[in-house]
Amino acid sequence: MGQHRVIVVGAGPAGVRCAQMLVQRGMRAILVDENRRDGGQIFRRQPDSFGRSYGKLYGTEAPQARDMHDTFAKMRDSIDYLPETLVWNIAGKRLHLACEGRAFTRDFDALVLCTGATDRVMPVKGWERAGTYSIGAAQIALKAQACSIGASVVFLGSGPLLYLASSQYVEAGANVVAVLDTSAFSRRVRALPKLLARFDLVRKGAGLVSFLKRAGVKVETGVEPVEILGTDDAGVSGVRYRDAGGEVRELACEAVAIGQHLRPETQLADLAGCRFAFDTATRQWLPECDELGRSSVKDVYLAGDGVRVLGADCAEVAGQLAAAAVLGDLGYPIDAQGLGLLKQKRTRFERFASGIAEAFPWPAEQITRVSDDTVVCRCEEIRAGELRRVVRDEGAREINRAKAFSRVGMGRCQGRYCAHAAAEVIAGCANVPVEQVGRQRSQAPVKPLGIATRQEDA
Amino acid sequence: MKPRFVRLAETGRKSVRICVDGVEFDALEGDTVSVAILGNRSHLRTTEFGPERRAGFCMMGACQDCWVWTVDGSRLRACTTTVIAGMNISTKQPEVQWANIA
Repeated sequence: MGQHRVIVVGAGPAGVRCAQMLVQRGMRAILVDENRRDGGQIFRRQPDSFGRSYGKLYGTEAPQARDMHDTFAKMRDSIDYLPETLVWNIAGKRLHLACEGRAFTRDFDALVLCTGATDRVMPVKGWERAGTYSIGAAQIALKAQACSIGASVVFLGSGPLLYLASSQYVEAGANVVAVLDTSAFSRRVRALPKLLARFDLVRKGAGLVSFLKRAGVKVETGVEPVEILGTDDAGVSGVRYRDAGGEVRELACEAVAIGQHLRPETQLADLAGCRFAFDTATRQWLPECDELGRSSVKDVYLAGDGVRVLGADCAEVAGQLAAAAVLGDLGYPIDAQGLGLLKQKRTRFERFASGIAEAFPWPAEQITRVSDDTVVCRCEEIRAGELRRVVRDEGAREINRAKAFSRVGMGRCQGRYCAHAAAEVIAGCANVPVEQVGRQRSQAPVKPLGIATRQEDA
Repeated sequence: MKPRFVRLAETGRKSVRICVDGVEFDALEGDTVSVAILGNRSHLRTTEFGPERRAGFCMMGACQDCWVWTVDGSRLRACTTTVIAGMNISTKQPEVQWANIA
């Protein structure tokens, strides 16, 4: 069998497990990653000059983190590893990459996209102020740099990461003022049958909440954010919110971590031409794939949180399933029994994830009623009122059209942090289902490139 | 100006001297440029479109809110760039910004 060119994008749990399985079958894959080191966001490593232990860094996930890092270290010489390298476009069977100001290309026979996820964020009036960070950012500041994002922090949003990151802050000695969850507690109770697909995680989640309460942190559910208070110069000074009883309350703090769970980074799948479908449970468009991770485009495979957010455990499984699909499609024999076990695992993880989506829903209703003076697009600084104006006055009921008219989603982040919320604002204003608003098209380069970037092998 | 970030551990690292907008700061070896600056003051830049200051948002190279510049004009993404001794950083884009020309 000739040498097949297989490229895996992303060195998080999905990418590393995928590459590992390819290596085990004697294939030398290219592993491209934007980060300096392997591990992805969840198992992100601290700089070499830091000395915290695995236990301190990754908590209950320490054994899994160590195993991922060891796995990578062992296969390091058996793969072509391209760290600090951005895949910025896909054209046919060619990837366009950039590293330290050099642009180059790599052709592939099979491509596995393990692009991970970023925070899914609900816009809150005042969130453009310095001192507002995503919850993922708060966690990275602690994990990778041993810093708190401020002297006193409110965590505001929903999803498992809200409780995990805030607990990690408390444990590290940061001053956490409150954890405010936009989801009602009753939703958790109703989602319990599905959540029990992973009793270990239910117990862990409950443990985090009681840990926060024991530490004296105010924990509230069913809240609605009203405003992140502060000034243009000094940044954040507090949070105003409506509690579950409808009472407006204020808390003083110097930093706010916001986020509503995570959203897949689907730009490369989009540029590869993959077909997307609307996911009703999480109210977003996601790339389609079969149970092994084959996308709608031949030779393009998808795995991990970059397709749907199911967590690190599932990403490891999905990475292996995608590797099996690649191997099978290239004519290698596949161990059917091993594959069956992996699929069973994934089914269980998916059931749990559907419970998470029910328990900690994306707050679509709250987003449709954000005030007109709430910034929706932080990059271009466009407010909800302007977005509603183009819906009403210009008839822009489709998100790409609304983007053209309003510039929402046209800035530096390319819609990563506003497109989902913008869709809800448009849907609410036009009074149409959010799926009819469509999804924002991805553009190359998927992240800004320096103008001095030089093409090497054109 | 009050620092924004609070260091909770790993403070025994070697210090690294950098210059930001003409003022010399001490950062620590292994800091990102974001942490180096926000460990000394409250923001990274002023926005092109609004009056407020910005201090980054995603910390993982996705939102591009934390751009700063070296004085010779190269753009740095502060959250994914490791600090180097002697770095000379400007939090304002060194050339005229198109948004301000009108």
